[in-house]
Amino acid sequence: MIGPLLRRDLGLLLPGGRGGAGVLPLLFFLAVAMLYPFAVGPDAQLLARTGGGVIWVAALLAAILPLEKLVTADLDAGVFDQLHLRGASEELAMASRLLAHWLAFAPLLLLATLPAAALLGLSGEMLRTVLLGLLAGTPGLAAVGLIVAALTASLRGGAALAGLMVIPLAVPILIFGAGALSRPESSGLLLTAAISLGLCAIAPFAAGAAIRSAREG
Amino acid sequence: MQARLAAKDLACRRGDRLLFRGLSLECDSGAAVHVTGANGIGKSSLIRILAGLLRPFAGTVETVGGIGLVDDRLALDGSLPLGKALAFWETLDGCRDAGRAMELLDLADLLDVPVCFLSTGQRKRAALARLLNRNCPVWLLDEPLNGLDTQAQKAFEALIAQHCQGGGIAIVASHQPIALPSQRTIALAEFAA
Repeated sequence: MIGPLLRRDLGLLLPGGRGGAGVLPLLFFLAVAMLYPFAVGPDAQLLARTGGGVIWVAALLAAILPLEKLVTADLDAGVFDQLHLRGASEELAMASRLLAHWLAFAPLLLLATLPAAALLGLSGEMLRTVLLGLLAGTPGLAAVGLIVAALTASLRGGAALAGLMVIPLAVPILIFGAGALSRPESSGLLLTAAISLGLCAIAPFAAGAAIRSAREG
Repeated sequence: MQARLAAKDLACRRGDRLLFRGLSLECDSGAAVHVTGANGIGKSSLIRILAGLLRPFAGTVETVGGIGLVDDRLALDGSLPLGKALAFWETLDGCRDAGRAMELLDLADLLDVPVCFLSTGQRKRAALARLLNRNCPVWLLDEPLNGLDTQAQKAFEALIAQHCQGGGIAIVASHQPIALPSQRTIALAEFAA
């Protein structure tokens, strides 16, 4: 059951896919990294010191872009109803969607971090911390995004609300992930990973419950 | 095919309104039931309750055998060609002879057309193809004739008859007259609260 589900979800969400946001989040992410030096001026030291934080904020905001199409279309089309009748629980559908969502935006975001770091003049050490932090933090961002997308899927204007709701929920990931940049020890990264794991563990259940309750509405 | 559907003392509430109550229904293999009633009386809600997608306000539903549901939601990816969109469900349902449904419903020429370009009647036929491919005993149909032309309506009525003859159950909610193998009708107005 999970095989065909995951294949369909990847077909929907991967860049070039049918229903996802494509490369838009990626371009948005790079645009922020490009605009920041224009805004604060060419002070290389300042850019190198603050650049890591900017990359984190850009990544968080870029993670919001795909949310609009993550759950709504399939909920409206009755796909989850038909899956339910075939014995595929909402939790399974959401677990598959979570994995596909992460695969669709995180690896490309990590790749795009390289040119972004070059634009901001980050040191090699800092780039390493940013990459590790994003690797640890993006599953959590994907999980928060999925939960919020499922919760707001049946609401009118849900997409805009989803963007607003993700931000406070993603703050812990941002604090520890970006905080690791200014501290030499690895505890920040480990905490980011721990938060991500926790969120990924509850996301299929929270999002699945949201889908079921949308059905009753 | 072994099939059974038993609903006991169902009541349905939407928002503050009680739509119907005290509805009991028992179907064994081969039964066909026509659910009638005006718009908004709860036909679709009843179908969704029987499918287990909506919790009844009171009462219980027991089903033996897989359920196939056709309602106004297509559950096919709009941008995919029809053949590929149906193939996803065929894989999940383990369907081996998908060609039969395409032929019966006259869809063979449309397999390369993206689902979003299909007409209302063609979309309905696509949903019915998904139902046939599922090869399950309990059919729950919500306005299955909507958008179908006379010829397709006749063809589908024949398919229901064939399904019931093979031991299946068909519950059809429709405001239109439909020829079913048995003339069993539930008028929802009688159960209105």
